[in-house]
Amino acid sequence: MSSYDLKQVLKRYGERTVLYISHLEIKSGRSLVLLGPSGAGKSTLLRLLNFLETPSEGTISFDGQRVGAEGPTLATQRSITTLFQRSTLLNGTVWNNVAYGLWLRGERDPARVEALLARVGMLDRARAVASTLSGGEAQRVALARALVIEPQVLLLDEPTATLDPANVAQIEQIIQELRQGSTTLVIVTHHLFQARRLADDAALLIGGELVEAGEAESFFEQPRDARAAAFLTGKMLW
Amino acid sequence: MVTLPSISPIITLSLYVSGVALLLSALLGLPLGALLALGRFAGRRLLVALTYTGMGLPPVVVGLFVYLLLSRSGPLGELNWLFTPRAMILAQTLISLPLVAGFTMSALQGIDPALPLQLRALGATPAQLALTLLWEARYGVLVALIAGFGSIISEVGAVMLVGGNIEGSTRVLTTAIVLETRRGAFDVAIALALVLLAITFAINAVALQVQQSLSRR
Repeated sequence: MSSYDLKQVLKRYGERTVLYISHLEIKSGRSLVLLGPSGAGKSTLLRLLNFLETPSEGTISFDGQRVGAEGPTLATQRSITTLFQRSTLLNGTVWNNVAYGLWLRGERDPARVEALLARVGMLDRARAVASTLSGGEAQRVALARALVIEPQVLLLDEPTATLDPANVAQIEQIIQELRQGSTTLVIVTHHLFQARRLADDAALLIGGELVEAGEAESFFEQPRDARAAAFLTGKMLW
Repeated sequence: MVTLPSISPIITLSLYVSGVALLLSALLGLPLGALLALGRFAGRRLLVALTYTGMGLPPVVVGLFVYLLLSRSGPLGELNWLFTPRAMILAQTLISLPLVAGFTMSALQGIDPALPLQLRALGATPAQLALTLLWEARYGVLVALIAGFGSIISEVGAVMLVGGNIEGSTRVLTTAIVLETRRGAFDVAIALALVLLAITFAINAVALQVQQSLSRR
């Protein structure tokens, strides 16, 4: 199980409020797509969900347990990870990058590293130095690095925004496979079609505020909020 | 006539004193450099300014400071370290520590600022994060260690003051060179100088080799 319950969550940087969520439930084992224009607070929300930052106000519960300012337990922290838009790989080989999360946990599992490299189509580049990879290859390595620790929650922050169609298809394929499993997925995207392909649930953030959330079908077909309707039909600028 | 038995204790002591001092500087300077580069705390700017100042500290000034500290009436006089290798190690540690910490700090500051967040997202604890970033900046960290060692293996002012250049107990290569030159024994001085140069060269050659092999990891 790995579900979230956010209540009255507010994030402020100095005087500026960047995110306000009155209530949001993220269901275990499902994929939630977060939509919204740039600066809507999507990335901030992901950092809160990964417990990399703490909310200024409000409560975040994970699996029914309220997580306080001191953060979650190390085990909970380590059951969640994020794939960022820009794949910041370590200065080393592809193999060592993928094995990194295992090293952090004091584990060694060459078979699993190998299997994941194969899954993202990078097994033949295992000995390559990360800095020599193309953007798409680097992002696939970053995905393998995230999956090697078998996260219960995978947060994806515009994972394909800068990639070419072939790499987008490869990464989406893996996300689709993950949807069949028990991983809870939260996917930030700018791409409406991608959102429809990947969403079990969807939510829209505008100007730091959660304006609509629900199951994908009703979200896309019958948005209740006027801003959501405008956004989904392209009337609102990105 | 220069014979190997007469200079081998001098070489050994030089390597021992500067080696231990470098080790201590690394043990203190790497975490300190990491703290200065990654930490956010009150007094950080002051500590950075002090580190930069320390990077340019004249060895003889450090020697004077340690001398006063360890002299019989000084605050640490009871240790009886003055004119022993321990005093020399203490002085050289103080010389190389700011260099190791300062260069480590700047090496870490060159790292992609998005990387720490990514590593934390992968489950790194603060200690693992610091260790990973030091490894990530390993070329720069190695340069920090080389700079630290270079600053002490070749310094004469501090070891002369606090060691006293006592034959068979605190005489190192640099102080021996000073002594032999003053005596007019230029052949011995030149031989010792060549030994010092050879040691420095050998250590840098090894460091370069290490640096190259690191790039393939």
